[in-house]
Order: sequence, then C-alpha cells, then structure tokens
Amino acid sequence: MRLDKPGQIDRSQALRFTFDGREYGGFQGDTLASALIANDVRVVGRSFKYHRPRGVFSAGSEEPNALVTIGQGAASEPNLRATTTELCEGLVAQSQNRWPSLEYDLLALNDLFAPFLGAGFYYKTFMWPAKFWERLYEPMIRRAAGLGALSGAPNADHYEKAYAHCDVLVIGAGPAGLMAALAAGRAGLDVILADEDVRTGGRLNAETVEVDGRPGADWAQAVTDDLYAMGNVRIMTRTTVTGAYDGGTYGALERLSPDVAARTGAPRECFWRIAARRTILAAGALERPVAFQNNDRPGVMMAGALRAYVNRWAVSPGKTVTVFGNNDDAHRTAADLLAAGVHVAALIDARPEASTDLPVRFYAGAQVTNAHGRGGLEAISIATLSGIDKVQTDCLAMSGGWNPTLHLTCHMNGRPDWSPALAAFVPRDGAVPGLVAAGACRGDFSTHACLSGGLEAARAVIRELGKRARKIDLPQAEDAPYRISPLWAVPGKGRAWLDFQNDVTVKDVKLAATENYSSVEHMKRYTTQGMAPDQGKNSNVNALAVLADATGRGIPETGTTTYRPPFVPVPIAAMGAGAQGAGFAPQRFTTSHQVSVDMGAPMIEAGLWYRPSYFPREGEKTWRQSCDREVGMVRRAVGVCDVSTLGKIDVQGPDAPAFLDFLYTNMFSSLKVGRTRYGLMLREDGHVMDDGTTARLGEHHFLMTTTTAAAGQVMKHMEFVHQCLVPQMDVSFISVTEQWAQFAVAGPKSREVLNGILDDPIDDDGFPFMACGPVSVMGVAGRLFRISFSGEHAYEVAVPARYGESLFRLLVQRAEELDGGAYGMEALNVLRIEKGFITHSEIHGRTTAFDIGMERMVSAKKDCIGKAMAARPGLSGPEREQLVGLVPTGAVKKLTAGAHLFDAGAAPVRENDQGYITSVGFSPTLGHFLGLGFLKDGRARHGEEIRMVDHVRQIETTCQVVDPVFFDPEGGRARG
Amino acid sequence: MAELVAKSPCAGLLPISEGGVTVSEVDPGPITAIAPFRGKEKTLNTALTRAHGLGWPAPGQSDAAGDARIQWFGHSHALLMGVAPKASLANHAALTDQGDAWAVVRIDGKGARDVLARLTPLDLRPAAFPVGATARSELQHMQAAITRVGRDAFQVMVFRSMAQTLVHDLQVALRAVAARG
Repeated sequence: MRLDKPGQIDRSQALRFTFDGREYGGFQGDTLASALIANDVRVVGRSFKYHRPRGVFSAGSEEPNALVTIGQGAASEPNLRATTTELCEGLVAQSQNRWPSLEYDLLALNDLFAPFLGAGFYYKTFMWPAKFWERLYEPMIRRAAGLGALSGAPNADHYEKAYAHCDVLVIGAGPAGLMAALAAGRAGLDVILADEDVRTGGRLNAETVEVDGRPGADWAQAVTDDLYAMGNVRIMTRTTVTGAYDGGTYGALERLSPDVAARTGAPRECFWRIAARRTILAAGALERPVAFQNNDRPGVMMAGALRAYVNRWAVSPGKTVTVFGNNDDAHRTAADLLAAGVHVAALIDARPEASTDLPVRFYAGAQVTNAHGRGGLEAISIATLSGIDKVQTDCLAMSGGWNPTLHLTCHMNGRPDWSPALAAFVPRDGAVPGLVAAGACRGDFSTHACLSGGLEAARAVIRELGKRARKIDLPQAEDAPYRISPLWAVPGKGRAWLDFQNDVTVKDVKLAATENYSSVEHMKRYTTQGMAPDQGKNSNVNALAVLADATGRGIPETGTTTYRPPFVPVPIAAMGAGAQGAGFAPQRFTTSHQVSVDMGAPMIEAGLWYRPSYFPREGEKTWRQSCDREVGMVRRAVGVCDVSTLGKIDVQGPDAPAFLDFLYTNMFSSLKVGRTRYGLMLREDGHVMDDGTTARLGEHHFLMTTTTAAAGQVMKHMEFVHQCLVPQMDVSFISVTEQWAQFAVAGPKSREVLNGILDDPIDDDGFPFMACGPVSVMGVAGRLFRISFSGEHAYEVAVPARYGESLFRLLVQRAEELDGGAYGMEALNVLRIEKGFITHSEIHGRTTAFDIGMERMVSAKKDCIGKAMAARPGLSGPEREQLVGLVPTGAVKKLTAGAHLFDAGAAPVRENDQGYITSVGFSPTLGHFLGLGFLKDGRARHGEEIRMVDHVRQIETTCQVVDPVFFDPEGGRARG
Repeated sequence: MAELVAKSPCAGLLPISEGGVTVSEVDPGPITAIAPFRGKEKTLNTALTRAHGLGWPAPGQSDAAGDARIQWFGHSHALLMGVAPKASLANHAALTDQGDAWAVVRIDGKGARDVLARLTPLDLRPAAFPVGATARSELQHMQAAITRVGRDAFQVMVFRSMAQTLVHDLQVALRAVAARG
C-alpha cells in the first residue's frame, strides 16, 4: 500500500503498467517492485526448483525472488530484477517459471515431493539407464526447474559498448563514494563516479539519517550538484561496475533510462570498459537474511529493504509488520515504520541483553521459528524462553547483519578476511592493484565512518597521483556502533532457506557435509548454492556458516567460494554490441565491387573480401553454364578478373634480396630487375606456408604477392623473421594491397586488350613471359606483370586504387568486344585446376614441398626458413601422401572435394585410407571432371585405378591417377 | 580516347552529420610511407627538415608545416602527407606510395570524442591525446590510425576497402550519441 508521506516519487507523474496482463498504476521514481508493493501484489514469481510462491525480498540488484520478463515479442528480456527496473509508462512485465498462471502453478507439486528433491537428488535418482539422461531426464529437469526464457527470435534492440578513462574511478555514490568523488574532483583529478541506482545517495535515500543537520538525501543531492558543476567529474548513474580486470580496467553495465532508450538509434544498455589509474570501491554492504522454517514466504523481506520502501518510495508491503533481527538495525526499522504510521506488531531481537524504548511489543532473546501462510505471510511463530508465541502479521522484516560488498576485490584471486567483531568478511588491502575500499564495503557501517572513510581514501589516492588535496570539512553524521550477535540459522524442523534463488536450504548444506562434500567449493556445486543469477549475494556467508557448523570448523577455516565477474548479469548483446550479423567483421570491397554487383555477379566471401563468383549472361540458368562459358572465353579469347585481393607487400632495402632468399625456399637474389619469379615459403616447422610471385622492381626493391587468405599471416611472419631472426638485415616492408587495383587479363587476345589501353604498346620481345615493369595506362602510372594463373598468355595490370573501377569497366568492355569478358572465382578455380596450380586447398598447412612436388624448389645453395625442419624423417618419401591428378572412370562421372581415396577392392574404412581429394571442377576444356588430391606414394602410381568414396555426401566412383597438370603440360600457351 | 576516372574511397558515403558531429571525407593529397634504412635515421631527419620543414616524428606524434604533414605510423614508419616527397629522401629511407591505400575521414564537433569512445579503446582525453597526437589502434573491428587534429576534431584512417564498414560503424555511434542528447 502507498503511504501518506512524500518519499522520493513524483506524484504529479502517474504511470500505468501491466503485470501478468493486469493493469496497475505507479509514479515517476517508482521501481517495478515498489509499484507492485503499492498495488498490494504480494506474489511476484515462483521459485526455481520447488515452484514456491515468492514476493519482493530486497530493494537492489541482489534481488533473488522478483525476477520478471520485461517487454513483449523479440525484444522481451527475461530474468530482470523488478527491484532495479525503473517504472515507465506502458511497461509490460510478466512473471516467470509458472504454468498456467502465477496463482495456480501445476509444478508447485514439486514442493510436495521436496523430501526426494534434496541436494544431489538427480545425481542419485537418474543414474540409469545412462542413455535416458540426455534424451529424457535432463530435458525434463530443465523444464521443471528454471527461470525466464528468451523469445527465441533475433533481438532487434540496439546495444552499445564504449570505453572511458579516468584518474579515479569511484564505485558507489553513497556517503563514502560522494565524499571520495568530492575530494578527488576538487583536487583536479578526472573522476568517474558510477552507481547502479538511478540517483546518487546510496543508503542515504533509504534511511532517515541526517548529514550536516539536513536529510541525508538532500545532502547527497547538494554534493551531486557540486560534482556536476566541476566539469572534471563524470557521474554515471544506472551503471553497475561488474568486474575488475588487469591494468586498472573495469567492466560496467549502464542501463539507459527508459525515456532515452526509447529514442531512435539509442541503445538499451551500454557495456563500458573503464580504465582507471586508481579506484575507490564504495559499494556499500548487503544485508543478510536469517534462515528459519518457511522464511521464503511472500511478505518476509530484508529489514533494510523495507526501510527503503517506506522511506524512499512511500509504500509498505504490510499493514501489520513484525521485525526480527540480531543487531540494532531491527530497532531502526521498527522506528521508521512507526514514524511512517505503519503498525508494528512485534519487534523480536535475538540478543538476550537487548532492550528498546519503542512503543512496540518487544521480545529479547527470542527467535522466529516459522512463517505461516502459503500464498503470503499470515503469521509467525516466535520461540521465547517461556514457549512458542504466534503473532499475526503480513510482513516480516529481518536482519541478520550486513556483509560488505567486497566482490570486486576478489575478482583477481583475492580472498577476504574474517572479522569476528562484524561477523562478516572484509576486503583485504591490495587484493586488486590500485583499488582501495572505503565505507561500508570495508566494514565501516555508520554514516560518519562512511563519510570519513571516503574522504581518507580519496586523500591517499590524491597524494599517490601527485596532486594536493583541498581542505574539505567532514560533515556531521551519526556514528552509532555496530552491535551484532551472529545468528545464521534458527534451529528447528522443516526447510529453512539459504539460497532463495536456487532453492537451497539449511538441510541441503548439512546433507552435503554428511556426504563429505565438506569443502565450500564442493558444497556449492553439490547443492547449487550461489550458482543462480544473484551469485549467492544473499546466501554465501550464511551457507558457509552453516557448513562450518556442520563440519565443526570455524568460518575463516571454511573460507568463501570465489567471487567472479560479472557482479550482475550482463547481456551478451551488450558485450558484443555492434557485432551482430554483418557487424561480426569488417567487410572489404574491391574497387570493382559495385560494377560486378551491377553485372549480376553473386559475391562470395574470401577472408574479409567479397569477390564475384561468376557473371551470369542472358539465357544462363545455372552457375555451371556461366562458369563453363567464362573458362572457354579465357582459353579462346580473353577474360578479365579482379585480383586486387591478393596480398601485395613492398620490400625495400640493401638486404632485401638476402631477406627474400632467407624467406623463400628458392633464390631471389639472382632474379633480374624487371622479372618476376614464383616463390614458395615454408613455416619454421618445414610445412608450406604460402606461395606467390615476387617481382624485382629495382636492385633493392621487390614486390611480393601472397594469396588472399594468407596476406596477414605472411606479413606477420615477415615481421617475426625480421625482428627476431635476422634483425641485422637492412630491409623494410609495408603492405600495398590497398594501394593498387590489379586485374588479370588472360587469354590469347590479352595483349590485344592491353595494347588498347597502354600508352606504349608491348610485344613478346619487350615483354616476355614473367616480365614486369612500369607502364603508362592512359596517362596513369601503373605496373604490368606478365604472369599467368590460368596457363594462358596473360598479364596482371595494376593502377592506383582510385582508378580501379574505371579501369575494370574499360577492360571488361574491351574484352567483350573481342568475344571475351569478366570471369569470376568459379572459372578462375577451374582454370587453375586444369593447370594443376595449387591454392590453400592444397597447401592447407599439413603438406610439405615434397608433397606438392616442389622439393626441387628448396635451393641447395642457401639456407631458408623451414629447410632444416623439412628434412626431418617422415616429411618426405613414399609413405607421404603426394599431389596427384584424378579423373573419374566409373559410372559416376563426378568427383567431390573432401572425398577419400581407397585401393580398388579395399573396404572404404579409415584403416585403408590412401588419401583425399582437395579440389575438383568440371573442365569444359577437357569435357569431364578433374580433381587434385593427395595419395600415398601418388607420383609412382600414375595410371592406377583407385576408388573414391565421399562418406558425407554418399558418392562413390572409381578414378584414374594422373599427373596433376591436365592441360598444356609444356606451358607453351603462357609463353607464346 | 577514353580516360581513367578517379574515385575517392568514401565517394557517395560521406558526409554524414548527427547531433552536431560531422564526418566528412578528407583528400589528404599524396601519402608516402617513409621507413629509414639502417643507421640513416639522423640523416633522414636532416633531409626531411631541409626538404619539407618537418623532422622525423616521435612515436605517437604528428606535425605539420604548410601543406606538408608527417605522422608517426608504427615502428620505424611515418607517413608524409599533403606533398610529394623530395626524391633525395630515397637515399635515406624506403619510400612507398600509399596515397590510394587509405580512407581518410575527419570527425568534427563537440561530441566527436564521445562518438570515438564507442569504437576505440584509446584514451582521448585532451591531456592524454592532445592536438597532434596520433595512434595506431582499433576502431570497432578495424585497425586504424587516429590523430587529433583539433580540439574537437579527429582524423581517422582505415584501409580503403573498409570505407563502407567505417562509415556504417561511425553512423551507428553518431546516432547513439546524438540520441542521448
């Protein structure tokens, strides 16, 4: 119900929202949780395993119960905490893990079977038959136990990631964080102040404490205004710092306010990477529950949360409230309730020595033993010295003390220390380099201690960063001592919840200890305690205290489990923002891209590049028809193909020839200026890395080409070789792949086409096979190489990339006039297979120069990378699979790449494997399929009949082993 | 006789503008990569200063004199932009034409830094990255060269072939920053 007091909500702005289809009202400033409480909605979800009805439990990101699905359709997001979901007009929320409805959940039957569903039940129950596990048991268990579900449709929402840098990152904008940011900001440091709440102030917004004689929230607002005015302080509200990483880097998730997120192009959430020289952790503390029978009933909640609802949002979850605790916060809660006009039925303090002046029914040294009321709390049982009292109540606020929010200090393997005085873990100094904890997350719980802790931490940081701290007066505030007497679990029958989100009870932890899962890490995995989305924020310390008790060890000896990032759930969509779909990688387009697309060419990806597959012409119905025509065009007339994607590396320097000799297996120092040579490059382990042609443009100037896919790898390799192996060599190199647009002009009429565009025509004498040199292309300085990947009389002509599109248009037009035209990757592939030229299908990383028949290219006159390793036994010889050509001879006239080879008559099983096919294509020139592949001792087996079996595609045929060069083995066409 | 027509890397893609931030294509003029030969760093520095009024840039630095600009470009590499290099520089360094290899854009406006913060991990605060500072870094998934050319102006270079992705990524960031208001 809504209370008749102001709170921090704007009653002039009424908002409407729906929960499970019913319409409700709230105000600007409400969370979904406070609005549901205002509307007396008590049950907001069902528990994970037992499907027990659950209500709002906390007022922050640690909420274990009130998980809802927000939104509809593709963009709906499950498992959002109602306690941190800002209310906005038209919000649509759904409850989770119930069927058919929240009130009548059929799987609530699980609760009746609870005696059989304890920790580890499925390990014991569903042991056999083994094959039932995957098909039956697991899907069944997963359906019964769960949280919200994704829509299954691609999410159209926009997410963002971003980077920020600062001198000081202050995490948490409560009293400690505000003081730290104020001091650091005044000292002139770049400050980022991050807080997961929509406003600064932290607990000051939830309590009635005063700072410097005015309400805490007002003081917080005044300091915040000061910070905004400074200019060097950036306040990031709605931002949860989720992880601490190396080098002062922190991950943080920002939820944009609903009105901003609704704008066009705006993200819903932003994942920040914040780099900070120093960090002040002022994350506060989390209140912990007390375990007693049925403490998960809707209406049982944390005392600190109840104060927040009453003071900040002016709502009360109950009309007759009881308060139970083991520290003074229980009294503070009762006082706040009375001040707000809420009836307090009883105040129960577990400490026998406790006393109160409050006008309430008071129990000292008593404990709540049971909560009654299935659909919501109706009464509690209280064990006193004189017996059991039953008190009618619809809301119980409990406080088992506070745990410092030290999670981030443990993200780099730090472990916390146990403080017996606080009955809590406190962070260890230096656990994360550059990070200091201040305020409640360090165990300083009073407002005064938080204010002075924040100021002290900032002063130390300011000194370390070489700045001078300005004088700042410490505001006046309460400094009440923290008096607590530990109480983890009330003894008694029945189930007492520790982990509300994963339905883990005191019994489960004790069972784990009994079954010898006594290490805290084993207990966690056996019971699943702390493995829910809240990561055990509410249950960790209580569970290990129960475990310590069950195993007879102390709490420090038992230790904690490991806190890991992220502190709150982070959507993958936010971490990977911008990388959905085509955003996965940059797209690289050649200068001829648009022309090719306009010609109807389907584009295929080659690395990051897009290249035309084929250029369909009228009447051609299949790609094969186009490909066959393009192959014929090159063989009989002339074809044009964009080859700009091949890696081009400019190599210069006095030692450039020696460097290339070392890099390539064959000799380049002997290459004449104005000539091009094919080269083979090995990896250090002796296997083939890449191949390509290298042209000598000058005495100390070479232009190397690499295959499209290996361009980056070769560049990296060259850097490694130069920097680590031959640093004495005076050579430098740089990629010029993007500088030049380069086109292959191939076929008997290639020179005719070129002479139409070159300012000085060429002939065989002036420009023989493998010649290269500068040319003038219609007045533009270009380069010409007489090289051939098709086996035809062919050239590659290069111009600066700005002229690429224009030259491509022109070449295609000229070629078409001579019965030729553009050809794509399919034809290029068939042309090279006909010639037995290799690509990375053949030099796939496991083949040697010997395997591809190029061992003679490994020069005996010099050393080169990979030479020694290639000479190892087993990397050459008859047992190696060697490059061969294959032609089909059986009834099936088709070959497939990836098929394996077997001796005729041998069973097609792995043990009999003789090799495999790497490349195939239909040769229109020869009229049948051709294949390249590797066959054991293949070069000695030319002429042999062999069996091809493609186990994947279910194709089988026989084929003949032949020389891999199918067409024009003498190479006369390229030279002529 | 037909003529070859030049086309710039971002032709038809730029300028774009949103929320007071504008991205426009820059014609950088000639770009030449300079890599000093072994032991020639000093003589190169002298030759550069004599020829173009610009010395060899320190790592992460760029400098300008008249039309000529020099920009550090990684280990032992710098780019001379805006003017063609004096031929004599070839005695001291490897010179490589890069004038067509890069898409060069300028991001201008108060929110320019916020736009780039969506795409690059670089610390672009004025103290850490003042006018003239340059870095080889990443821009979303692309490797890029980023230079601060004014208080609220940056020059970004990526491979020419990635111009379309560059403009797309900038457009998304521009809209997202503008939407926050």
